[in-house]
Amino acid sequence: MTRRALLAVYALLIVVPLMVVLFGSLKTTPDLFASPFGPPTAPTLGNYRVILGDAGLLRVFGNSALVVIVSVPATLALASLVGYAVARLPRWPSRILFGVFAAGLAVPAQAMMIPQYVQFDRLGLRDSLLGLMLINVVVTLPVAVFILSGFMRTLPRELFEAAALDGAGPWAAYRRVAVPLSLPSLAATAIFLLVMHWNDLLYPLLFIDDPAKRTLPLALLDFSGEYLTDYPLLFTGVVIASVPMVLLYAFLQRWFVAGITAGAVKG
Amino acid sequence: MRRHWGLYLFPIPALALYLAFFVLPAAQGLQYAITDWDGFSPSYNQVGAGNFARIVTNDDQFANALRNNLTFLLAVVSGQTVLALGLAVLLAARTRGSTVLRALFFLPTVLSSISVAFVWRFVYDPNLGLLHSLGVPGRFLGDEDTAILWVAVAQIWFHAGQMMVLFIAGLHQIPAELHEAAHVDGAGRWQRFRFVTWPMLAPATALVVAYTTIQSFKAFDLILGLAGNPPRSSLDILSTRIYTTFTNSQLGYAAAESVVFMLAIGVVTWLQNRAARIGAGR
Repeated sequence: MTRRALLAVYALLIVVPLMVVLFGSLKTTPDLFASPFGPPTAPTLGNYRVILGDAGLLRVFGNSALVVIVSVPATLALASLVGYAVARLPRWPSRILFGVFAAGLAVPAQAMMIPQYVQFDRLGLRDSLLGLMLINVVVTLPVAVFILSGFMRTLPRELFEAAALDGAGPWAAYRRVAVPLSLPSLAATAIFLLVMHWNDLLYPLLFIDDPAKRTLPLALLDFSGEYLTDYPLLFTGVVIASVPMVLLYAFLQRWFVAGITAGAVKG
Repeated sequence: MRRHWGLYLFPIPALALYLAFFVLPAAQGLQYAITDWDGFSPSYNQVGAGNFARIVTNDDQFANALRNNLTFLLAVVSGQTVLALGLAVLLAARTRGSTVLRALFFLPTVLSSISVAFVWRFVYDPNLGLLHSLGVPGRFLGDEDTAILWVAVAQIWFHAGQMMVLFIAGLHQIPAELHEAAHVDGAGRWQRFRFVTWPMLAPATALVVAYTTIQSFKAFDLILGLAGNPPRSSLDILSTRIYTTFTNSQLGYAAAESVVFMLAIGVVTWLQNRAARIGAGR
């Protein structure tokens, strides 16, 4: 009984704030003041209209989508090539290669962001979506390499030897053996990267000046300055930014858990 | 096996990007750290160890951020580890209900930290907020002394489900025979937890503590979302302090702060590793 009670309490702690946000996004500001927590008495989509229209969040949404559509597959492709090499190279080259990337795991973005800012500025890659895609790829390479080489090393070597006997070069073996067999870990890594890239605030905050190039988290932060405590609008922003991830999570739960947990196993 | 020299080509694209945009800037960061560069002037002076001397001896704001960061770290690590372990123990058995609850508890992890910050800003709002309406006294984020602890609560809400999953994985690796043997020997529920489950969870615990530590050093977005930009001093932690210094056109000094930040993470992680090793009796 106590077990159930404890779990119920924690479930409420998760659900109630999220419901308040969802309900709040359907209220007008006076309604929210009148009843901050309950379901909306006269639900309205007015906030959504304001945000998607005036505040240009549709464009911002598009920017975020574009960034992840490019940066997630690019990171996966680059990291899986490294993972494959780590799995197949002789012992020492493999260890060195892995070590070089693994060392990057210990470096937090905040320690790198300043020289990266200078560098991207000099290259003219600051204030551009291309720059954001590139930095996303670079900063998540270490963890993606870590997850994927971990998996590719578990593939039996005999498979690659058999492929070589059949006359397959390394590239053919990568395409026909390594990639198909590692699809589950590629999927899990993809989701991990998706969550990271979609939710990142630091680099857009550093790199993007042009309001038209903002991504969702940055637009949300700007909102909080503009609308300060206009909670219905803030909540609407939260809902719009979260819906894609929450929907994907609802359908691909297993992969989310696998991916984000594998990402955690990096220490 | 025949040698495939072609294999050495595979990592080249990733290595090139990594060296150019990760390793090179890391090295440049060290260079900037010994200058007084503001970030846009064409020239600047070398100040040697001057920045570091100032950080260590004469920078109240940095010391304040470091203190806040350590308070935050201790609160999140202890609170989150205990909570996640508790949830994991309650949900380790796979039943229909437990699967649904696990999914629910993990859900906040997929949200952005800025979204989580807005949710909690409302919870803590001194006039409208959830806690205020429930009659919980206090000014929460407005209270100088405890503000950082309220952020810690939000951080725990955000990531406890993720750590719970790591603990559940750890629990599933404990052979059932151990529990049965302890049961046969007359060990009660608590004793079985204390003498079987808990020691066997040592690797999972070390992982959770290490990851929680890194996460709490990176709590940047959550603070900006809750506190605004720049955050007031009661909410300032190392990551936000570096960012503020940087945006105040003290690029060289911010780079030096980053170096100290890295060292702080290194020291904390090293201490944890030692503690974990001593705990495991090695």
